[in-house]
Amino acid sequence: MPIDSTLVGKSFPATTPYQVTAEAVAGFAGAVGAATGDDAPVPPTFPIVVTFAAMLDFLDTEQIELSRIVHGDQKFHYERAVRIGDVLTATMSVTGLRQIGGNDIIATASEITDADGVLVCTTSATLVHRGGAA
Amino acid sequence: MNTLTEGAELAPQTFSVTRADLVAYAAASGDHNPIHQDEQIAVAVGLPGVIAHGMFTMALVGNAVAAWTDGAEVLELGCKFTQPVVVPADGAAEVTVAGTVKSVSEGRATLALMVTCDGAKVLGAPKAVVGV
Repeated sequence: MPIDSTLVGKSFPATTPYQVTAEAVAGFAGAVGAATGDDAPVPPTFPIVVTFAAMLDFLDTEQIELSRIVHGDQKFHYERAVRIGDVLTATMSVTGLRQIGGNDIIATASEITDADGVLVCTTSATLVHRGGAA
Repeated sequence: MNTLTEGAELAPQTFSVTRADLVAYAAASGDHNPIHQDEQIAVAVGLPGVIAHGMFTMALVGNAVAAWTDGAEVLELGCKFTQPVVVPADGAAEVTVAGTVKSVSEGRATLALMVTCDGAKVLGAPKAVVGV
């Protein structure tokens, strides 16, 4: 079932504030094989944890099954590195939608801001909704 | 720290990816999409098998960049996920991250990367920009 084209341009509510803890960062860094420890930087892909929550909210709202989503592309542009102690929220919007071969290609953009509302990172992601296979 | 000079080749780094790694990544990232865990579901939606989270592969790119740049601040990171990294039930998929320094100017080094699994490119136009 194609996704409603009126979604384009729509912004979704900001995610629940996410507290970046040393434990979460160490868990993420350990899982991807990145450096861990007090002086280790937060891995650059860590903000996906925040934007993934925004995506799950979006999928839930649109009643799209996660198992039919694959990641098409991902970009991060950092205003500053994420730090332990940050409280981050993501606001996602749908920036484009097209159909190719029975799949919906959903372009999204998210802004991740800190507790003061200051921009930390902008991201864009393309989600491929696989509609073709049964 | 490596000197990031324009045109410099960055030594390829190879990472093994197992199903256990994907389970650990799902827990750490919150991405519990079953296509990264469950062969039957992955095949049912038309994938060749259990595939690595694209973001796991991208995280490996982040590790390679950190190693090449001695942990320089990452300003930009991006790629397309053009081919899935299929992770076998036993053993591991081997992902290799290679690259060159494309440009260095105004405190920014742009790294043009190539990420392969079994000799095939899995990421499209992977790129990182770091502060120098």
